[in-house]
Amino acid sequence: MIQLVSFYIFASIVIASAAMVIFARNPVHSVLWLIVAFFNAAGLMVLIGAEFIAMLLVIVYVGAVAVLFLFVVMMLDIDFAELRAGFVKNVPLGLLLAVVLVAELVLGIGAYQAGAVKLGTPEAGVATLSATVPNIEAIGALLYSKYVFLFETAGLILLVAMVGAIVLTHRRSHGTRGQNISSQVQRRPQDATRNVNQPVGQGIEL
Amino acid sequence: MDWSGPVIGIEHYLVVSSILFVMGVLGIFLNRKNVIIILMAIELILLAVNINLVAFSVFLGDLTGQIFAMFVLTVAAGEAAIGLAILVIYFRGRGTIAVDDVNRMKG
Repeated sequence: MIQLVSFYIFASIVIASAAMVIFARNPVHSVLWLIVAFFNAAGLMVLIGAEFIAMLLVIVYVGAVAVLFLFVVMMLDIDFAELRAGFVKNVPLGLLLAVVLVAELVLGIGAYQAGAVKLGTPEAGVATLSATVPNIEAIGALLYSKYVFLFETAGLILLVAMVGAIVLTHRRSHGTRGQNISSQVQRRPQDATRNVNQPVGQGIEL
Repeated sequence: MDWSGPVIGIEHYLVVSSILFVMGVLGIFLNRKNVIIILMAIELILLAVNINLVAFSVFLGDLTGQIFAMFVLTVAAGEAAIGLAILVIYFRGRGTIAVDDVNRMKG
């Protein structure tokens, strides 16, 4: 009973907050609704026992992506009212498309439920879920053995994304004196210092 | 009321994820000028994909779906970072983020 209740709570909040993401006038509110949507999606995933993905969703999406969105929205001084000018004009086409898409997807799900298409059962023994092994442990065992190269590739993708974001947004500021590291490293003691036997009573030439 | 057996089927999850997906597509269509909302709508679409992957993974008893949900999440994070970086430099150049005149590329 409690599974059903919590499923419907999570699902309805996910969908309602997704609608608020789209329809909110202020993009800051959109980001906050996005956070709500992610939290409840994580709840949906906990409900069927996928704790690792749920935690990842909270940490990565809420902790990093949503905060990044929030930073950008608040950093840029944007006239949002002007950006919403075409909103009403786009509503009929968008709603038509949405209705068609929902109808198609629900049709597909209904056909799946009716059992019309026979899908093969997954091969046993590859990565079957076990009731005794915890979710995170099972994922770790699979990720670091069978999918280790894909895992490394994911890390590479993140590295490329990080370098790309830095390169794109880095602004070389003019008028400030930066540090020239190679000239500092190449500097030798005989170029920089001078031994003088200075006579008494005369000024020093610097 | 006596509940025996699973009360939530995979269809429940599929319906939620498809509604979420369509919300994302609708968001792209409705906010055609505002890139920030478009990026958030893309995040919603990827969230729907993740829910789908995880639901099938659990209901078919195969863990691979959850691994791939993790990779989808990785790509989504990278895409958000790059997209927002492009947005920032676009805003620096134009002073606005309206994308309906984005075909006027001048470097």
